[in-house]
Amino acid sequence: MIDLATDYLGLKLKNPLVPSASPLTRNLDAALRLEDAGAAALVMYSLFEEELRAEDAMMERFLLQSGIGHAEAQDFLPDQGEFRGGLERYAEQLQQLKARLGIPVVASLNGVSLSGWIELGRALQEAGADALELNVYHVAGDMQEAGEVVEARYLSLLGELRKVVRLPIIMKLSPFFSSLPNFVASLERAGAAGVALFNRFYQPDIDLDTLCVVDRLRLSTAEEALLRIRWLSILHGRTRLTLAATGGVHSHEEAMKMLLVGADVVHLASCLLEHGPSRLAQILADMERWMSEREYASVAQLKGSMSQKNLADPSAMARSSYLRVLDSFSPRPGVWS
Amino acid sequence: MTHTLTLDGNEAVARIAYLGSEVIAIYPITPASSMGEWADEWASQGRTNLWGAVPAIIEMQSEGGAAGTLHGALTSGALATSFTASQGLLLMVPNLYKIAGELTPFVLYVAARAIATHALSIFGDQSDVMACRGTGCALLAANSPQEAQDLALVAQAATLAGRVPVIHFFDGFRTSHEVAKIEAVSADTVRAMLDADLIAAHRSRALSPEHPVLRGTSQNPDVFFQSRERANPFYDAFPEIVQAAMDRFGELTGRSYRLFEYFGAEDAERVIVLMGSGAETVHETVEHLRARDEKVGVLKVRLYRPFAPDALLAALPRTARAVAVLDRCKEPGADGEPLYKDVVTALAQAAADGTRTMPRVIGGRYGLASKEFTPGMVMAVFDELAATAPKRSFTIGIRDDLTHLSLPWDEDFRTDASRRLQHAVFWGLGADGTVSANKNSIKIVGESTELMAQGYFVYDSKKSGAVTVSHLRFGPATIRSSYLVEAGMAGFVACHQPMFVDRYDVLAHAAPDGVFLLNTPVAPDAVWETLPQSLREQIRDKRLRLWVIDAYAVAAEAGMGRRINTIMQTCFFAISGILPKDEAIAAIKLAVDKTYGRKSARLAELNHRAIDMTLAQLHAVAIPTVEPEAAPAPAAVGAQLPDFVREVTLPIYYGRGDALPVSRFPADGTYPLGTARYEKRNIALEIPVWEPDLCTQCGKCVFVCPHTAIRSRLFSVDATSDAPPSFKHVPAKSKDFPAGTHISYQVAPEDCTGCGDCVEACPIHDKSNVSRRAVNMAPIGPLRDQERENLEFFLGLPEFDRGMIKQNTIPSAMLLDPLFEFSGACAGCGETPYIRLATQLFGDRMLIANATGCSSIYGGNLPSTPYTVNDDGRGPAWSNSLFEDNAEFGLGMRLAADKLMDYAKLLVRELANEIGGDLAEGLVAADQGAEAGITEQRRRVAHLRERLSASAHPRASELASVAEWLIRRSVWIIGGDGWAYDIGYGGLDHVLALPYDVNILVLDTEVYSNTGGQTSKATPIGAVAKFSAGGKATTKKDLARLATAYDHVYVASVAYGAKDTQTLRVFHEAESYPGPSLIVAYSPCIAHGYDMLYNQRQQELAVKSGHWPLFRSDPRLAEAGGNPFKLDSAAPSQPMSAFMESETRFAMLARSHPEEAKRLLAAAQDEAERRFKAYQDMAQRHAREPKPGT
Repeated sequence: MIDLATDYLGLKLKNPLVPSASPLTRNLDAALRLEDAGAAALVMYSLFEEELRAEDAMMERFLLQSGIGHAEAQDFLPDQGEFRGGLERYAEQLQQLKARLGIPVVASLNGVSLSGWIELGRALQEAGADALELNVYHVAGDMQEAGEVVEARYLSLLGELRKVVRLPIIMKLSPFFSSLPNFVASLERAGAAGVALFNRFYQPDIDLDTLCVVDRLRLSTAEEALLRIRWLSILHGRTRLTLAATGGVHSHEEAMKMLLVGADVVHLASCLLEHGPSRLAQILADMERWMSEREYASVAQLKGSMSQKNLADPSAMARSSYLRVLDSFSPRPGVWS
Repeated sequence: MTHTLTLDGNEAVARIAYLGSEVIAIYPITPASSMGEWADEWASQGRTNLWGAVPAIIEMQSEGGAAGTLHGALTSGALATSFTASQGLLLMVPNLYKIAGELTPFVLYVAARAIATHALSIFGDQSDVMACRGTGCALLAANSPQEAQDLALVAQAATLAGRVPVIHFFDGFRTSHEVAKIEAVSADTVRAMLDADLIAAHRSRALSPEHPVLRGTSQNPDVFFQSRERANPFYDAFPEIVQAAMDRFGELTGRSYRLFEYFGAEDAERVIVLMGSGAETVHETVEHLRARDEKVGVLKVRLYRPFAPDALLAALPRTARAVAVLDRCKEPGADGEPLYKDVVTALAQAAADGTRTMPRVIGGRYGLASKEFTPGMVMAVFDELAATAPKRSFTIGIRDDLTHLSLPWDEDFRTDASRRLQHAVFWGLGADGTVSANKNSIKIVGESTELMAQGYFVYDSKKSGAVTVSHLRFGPATIRSSYLVEAGMAGFVACHQPMFVDRYDVLAHAAPDGVFLLNTPVAPDAVWETLPQSLREQIRDKRLRLWVIDAYAVAAEAGMGRRINTIMQTCFFAISGILPKDEAIAAIKLAVDKTYGRKSARLAELNHRAIDMTLAQLHAVAIPTVEPEAAPAPAAVGAQLPDFVREVTLPIYYGRGDALPVSRFPADGTYPLGTARYEKRNIALEIPVWEPDLCTQCGKCVFVCPHTAIRSRLFSVDATSDAPPSFKHVPAKSKDFPAGTHISYQVAPEDCTGCGDCVEACPIHDKSNVSRRAVNMAPIGPLRDQERENLEFFLGLPEFDRGMIKQNTIPSAMLLDPLFEFSGACAGCGETPYIRLATQLFGDRMLIANATGCSSIYGGNLPSTPYTVNDDGRGPAWSNSLFEDNAEFGLGMRLAADKLMDYAKLLVRELANEIGGDLAEGLVAADQGAEAGITEQRRRVAHLRERLSASAHPRASELASVAEWLIRRSVWIIGGDGWAYDIGYGGLDHVLALPYDVNILVLDTEVYSNTGGQTSKATPIGAVAKFSAGGKATTKKDLARLATAYDHVYVASVAYGAKDTQTLRVFHEAESYPGPSLIVAYSPCIAHGYDMLYNQRQQELAVKSGHWPLFRSDPRLAEAGGNPFKLDSAAPSQPMSAFMESETRFAMLARSHPEEAKRLLAAAQDEAERRFKAYQDMAQRHAREPKPGT
């Protein structure tokens, strides 16, 4: 029997497969099916700062302060004593998941400023979250904002939450840091319990008919795993933080690669949205088969075995084989000749 | 310990009504609506009545419908009630006779309001209640929110005991909307008052198949009369029963009431008799006079019907030698109002019986439509009573320079009670939250101190840029001042908007040595120089302490956007001294937590931060010892104004309407057009700027503008030789016009509301900068003067020949002059573009019947009207009859037009020799189907007049008097969905069923917008609205499809934001169709809960999701053998969720009732698909067989 157990933010998980933040956890049934399929923990759908702000704005303007000063209409929609804000609905869903699932549940916050959110972390802790994932979705597009200021933003958010929350906090990072290892070290000093590499920015698109910017959701592809593999490999063994791989895992192959370079857990989302919970069971079974065929005894045994530190040629993960890769590209027949 | 509540009269009454009811049938009407809204909200939250059940709340199609439902519920054993006022009460009258005739226990709660006569008024007086004197209902008056609550329970107890139904009334607005601290009646008290045996007795009389009876017979002359007299004992007994209930209530609560309650000197010589809130002002004045040993008193009438003369006589001191009876109503032509005559009768009978000396009794009218009634006016009445020859019939509160009935009064008189109170006045914008913050402040003071508190709010009749004035009072004893804070009495005055200091006398209320708080972006050390001279003088003269804060800056810094109400509220508590500062701040924070509670911890935290920041940003301003140069006064307007505008319209606009004397007003409610343009409300912070280099002259900006604040005109370039330098104009792109024809798109800077809809509608993008359009918003500051001048020039250009303008495309139709401009509708209103369009196309020949509602308020609420005239002086002639009868009203206009045209033609034929055969023939046979034909007919009529003026024929002047009817009139019947789908549907249906040529425009906002968003049958499934707090469970009535059941009706469904060309086409088709036409027009409304900037986007979504399919059904096509039905929108391409999730009215349900929201969304999707399929089938059905011979 292969021991798939792993450590994640101080939690003992039965295996490294953890569905990441996605709409699946909005639905209790879907969450239960994921647990049945073998998920070791769940990251809940993200509580988006923008969503809460938009909801606040809606409530403030159209429910609480909708008066226009006309004698016949003090307001325009009934007062909703029963109106529950996004945070409360999130906390309720968290409580429900906790009550019905046997596996740890991680709450996920997605925001850039978290202003006015001091109570947030505490509320989620009280609602029973096992950990918090902080997804700082910040597009650093300001010419005046230096890289260190961007880093400071992450660190201060972490610090604020750290003050009110006992729970382990994992930081979900973008790949756009000048010196990721140095920054991860700063996060560790500031009290993070882990880092998840990497979040995927949903890229704006353009509608050529209307010349409007449109948001399109594109699911990840397996190719995206490669970026994660490099950076996990570099970080493994250089930090005590939990390392979570997120983005591009669609089969046991990417999952194994992530573990080999040092991931403690492997997140899944796009493949589950596309194929349903059975894909998780499939990946798990394939992982066991792969390990069994190669006589691995445990995940612990192979975790990080191919990290940069353990590679014979560490530069392979640093500059990789840059020239070789480029040279290996041959165009499709007929494209150039 | 006494439990106190701080709430308004309506909520106080609704609490008691709800506890004692099983069935509540409601219908919205100002100022009673909120009682029904409370009941509906409580029911949706599962709150129970006294017996542990949730009452059934049912909204009916009208008050008449509600009354019928109540009658049915009552006669079947339920305890049932309703809330109403004014026209609503009148609609209930027939059933009130029935309910009373059958001796049914029942209480109807009425926020008494004026009845529409020469004009509609939503404000308070007792005309409506007085119109119910004959119904057999008892009339019980309450004078304050406390009494309104208490007597609501007394009424319930008494009606159960005496079987006489009770109309429990209190003054609309003054009591219904006054926020006051009152002692609460507990559920236990209600239980103790409502005798279970009497309830059982009521149920035992119910219709039941278990012991059946017959009720509601028809009776013949032999027995009806006797039967009617049979109920006398119940009425004879009822006053005592009411008194017994009052006594029982007194035992339970310590608050006792009398049928006629006297207060004053035991040996009073002068007494005022009245009922309602004014009685409290008289009480306060009597107290003042008693302290000076004046022999005066007030007799408050509580039970007006059944009238108990003995009780009245027992309460009225025998020493009274002069009595003034005040009625808050008018009975034209009578020799006295009802209460006056009843009192005179009681006293005369006693005198005739020899039991009493007859005093002098005079009668006066006061307070019609919430006219102020102050202690100074009370003093005037007492003074009149002391005169040797007082006026027998008088008015008080107005200046009557016509019939000279009014008494003069001392505006500076103040009572001791008033001087003991702390008064505060706040000037705010309707949308800045000032009123809600003040309601909150009253609650804070009411609930955290021993002080009594009162708040009354003066609102605006505008729906955009509305001004509110909040009047607050605090004091240790009961506050009886049922009038506004008086001049010079407010120790605290706040002006929440800096621009008000130039427009209004904001310091008129300020008391000497008081505090003036101003929200201004100007730094404290520079603010003095920016204040107008008159304001500075008042500050110096009254020794006011001036405080300033830049609330918008604090709000922005605190992350609150432009929400300043919490900040201004904090300032009030920080510097007014009403409460210790720290205590007050803690209380505000607690109130914030209560408001945001479960809804948003984040907002609560932001508010806390704003409160803390406010204190650091609040600055006292040192008044300079040397007066700096005054800011130049704004240029005086008015030199070239029409007399009526200068003497009546503008004084009303500037808040001086109270001072206008009787003679200034039209006697019959008839007002001139074109007055909105003089208001210049200046409410936009940003206005559109036209970019001629980019513009393709498509006209969409003009089409969508809700306030006609951007418009286009054609003119010869030669006419621009003296144009202001910044006036923009370019050659017209259309080839239809002669060379040298130029076009301009001109903004009206001081009439624009800054909604931005024009920019959103502009389809043009700068090729190098996609966000630059052919119109863009820009700050008004540097543009105001220049654009004001440009507008004046633009409007002075001669009207372009309409005959040269094609009316069937948007770019050219938008060149037609609008005859509807600058209304008071909400910024971004989705109704007004339809009305403006109709006036562009047909305005010079329109007769408009307008149902009561938003369109009658922005169309005809004084001081001004947006309807206007063209260069020839022609324009839409407009009137509002009622809410419920608009289709019939419009039909009457059609019949008059047709009949008088027939008569004129008859005379033309008769005088054919006199006027010339060709002209006569032309006049009679004119084809006026299109504008050219009408223009031609106008020429003929002018010709006719010339010939008639030279004629000696005895019938020539008769023909001249009806000649104008030879010109075809375009009759438009306009109203909202509340009218068309609900209260007026019977009439609408009837008019549709007839063959007459009327154009019915239904501005469908899917909710009763004007009264604050109550559910109508147009409200879609899944929407939250008042009276559907738990989400509307049934689908929207498909009015247009119903109308297609009549083969002879032109029917169309339009949404201009989705397809403006279809809208334009429909208006032409409807108007040209010679029978009834119905246009159901999708009209985005602020009640939908999204920024009205996205008005057009939401219309598009409504159409693309299948919520609002576009179609036309034209009987003319059927006549020609075709299919009349044309579907103008494609199959739904978006899910209903995309539409519903983007509007708060739907989205909030997912946050309050998530499971129900899911269910209703699925049902809405299903309904949209089914409906579209049905339309597709209609569009694809085979053409009917052509009629033989066609």
